[in-house]
Amino acid sequence: MSESAISIRNVSQRYGDAGAPDSVLALDDISLEVRKGEFVCLLGPSGCGKSTLLNVIGGLFKPTSGTCHVAGRLVDGSPHPDKIAFVFQESTLFPWYSIIENFRIALKFQGIPQSEWDDRAMQALKAVGMSSFASHYPDQLSVGMRQRVNMARGICVETDILLMDEPFAALDEQTRMVLGEDLSQLLAATGKTIVFVTHSLAEAVFLSDRIVVMSARPGKIKTIIDVNEAHPRSPDFMLEPRFSELRNECYALLRDEIRSTMAAQRDPQSAGA
Amino acid sequence: MDRSNFATRSIQISFLAVLAGAWWLATETGSISRLFLPQPRAVYAAAERLVQTAAFWSAVSVTLMTIAKAFLIAMIAGIIVGYLVTRTRLATQVIEPIISGLFTIPITLFFPMFILFFGIGTGSKVAYGATYAFFPIALNTIAAFSNMDERYLRAARSMGAGRWQTFRHILLPGALPVLMTGMRIGFFICFASVLGGETISSVAGVGRNIAHAAELMESARMYAWIVFVICTSVTLNLIVYAFENRIRNR
Repeated sequence: MSESAISIRNVSQRYGDAGAPDSVLALDDISLEVRKGEFVCLLGPSGCGKSTLLNVIGGLFKPTSGTCHVAGRLVDGSPHPDKIAFVFQESTLFPWYSIIENFRIALKFQGIPQSEWDDRAMQALKAVGMSSFASHYPDQLSVGMRQRVNMARGICVETDILLMDEPFAALDEQTRMVLGEDLSQLLAATGKTIVFVTHSLAEAVFLSDRIVVMSARPGKIKTIIDVNEAHPRSPDFMLEPRFSELRNECYALLRDEIRSTMAAQRDPQSAGA
Repeated sequence: MDRSNFATRSIQISFLAVLAGAWWLATETGSISRLFLPQPRAVYAAAERLVQTAAFWSAVSVTLMTIAKAFLIAMIAGIIVGYLVTRTRLATQVIEPIISGLFTIPITLFFPMFILFFGIGTGSKVAYGATYAFFPIALNTIAAFSNMDERYLRAARSMGAGRWQTFRHILLPGALPVLMTGMRIGFFICFASVLGGETISSVAGVGRNIAHAAELMESARMYAWIVFVICTSVTLNLIVYAFENRIRNR
């Protein structure tokens, strides 16, 4: 149960050389264990380094210091597509390929034998209710439909770990909640480990087993909040008093962070770096 | 959609009809000297005579071959240079302004030099057309490959795409629409340069025949040639557009 899927130890990430005037410490000594099958949200003000941390876990960035292990393997700035899949915003579906071709290309890049491509793609599209749109092109679909497909593309590669970088940020509130429900159901069915970056409080509480609240500049873990609620979660969860309590708790933690970030943006000199 | 398409086409065709009508009217009433603008039927008769001569077809084939060679050279050189330039940000910053700066120079000014270097035969027209068309093709290739959306590259990398796979499935299809625009512009610059070059100084080809007819004051024959060039140009334009649309909507 407590088997570790992702193990982050003392990770720091600096952009630019230390000491240089434009150097930014994006992550400062982050340590975090993510258990197998767990849904963890990284929540924080914009610029707190949550996407940076996700890219370090996924091997897209090499951390300046510290280590990150995924399924016992050291991730050191190189992707492990057999273990980890990313879901970015819906606009990362390749517009020059049809939906089915987008799946084929993802499976091809991952090194899956060609004979499995179409079966896997159709299965994943069925899981999100989009199988009748296989031959459409991304720009023929609505934003919500595209993100459904994009989620399915991340799922069809059948990795144990799914990293989602603000996948619903471009969606309206209603679509976002519906897709969140779908994601909760899919998660319960597949048992995947998911790390999810968001700045939406409701999304974080509704989806997560644990919410990692981060502070800004340099990005640090402020608190970790447990959400004890089994998956799949129904929308009724949002009506429970506990939901609002957790949401308010997150907001209280973030409010100060957001104020200090805004102050730093207004007047970079006076805010202590 | 279909209705508005029909309306657009009708207006365009009416415009051409009005133009032809104006031509007919101006020449029939004699308000324009027939030496400058012969009657439509005189041009038609000249064209009918023209297409029956062997010289006509040999001139056409010389010109088309010249255009094809010039375009092929411009395309290969423009795409290779353009692609290599985009491999580093520094090269793009240094070389792109140089190429776009050179493109603002009227290369026609150097046409006598092309004649000096490559002679009065087709070689000088090939070199001239290729040089002119190189610039828009190289510039569009640079634009096509340097404006690649970083998100697609990141997504591909996270899926484990290798270098060649990234080029074949991400960079190339992403760049293709702009690449095609560059080639279309390059092609028509080639077309215009070769014909223009032939008109100024050459021994064969369509442009040479137009200049020759003008020198002999055989304006009906000259216009017959020009009408032929316009028809060819319109046809080629339609073919290139259809080809471009097919690639875009693949």
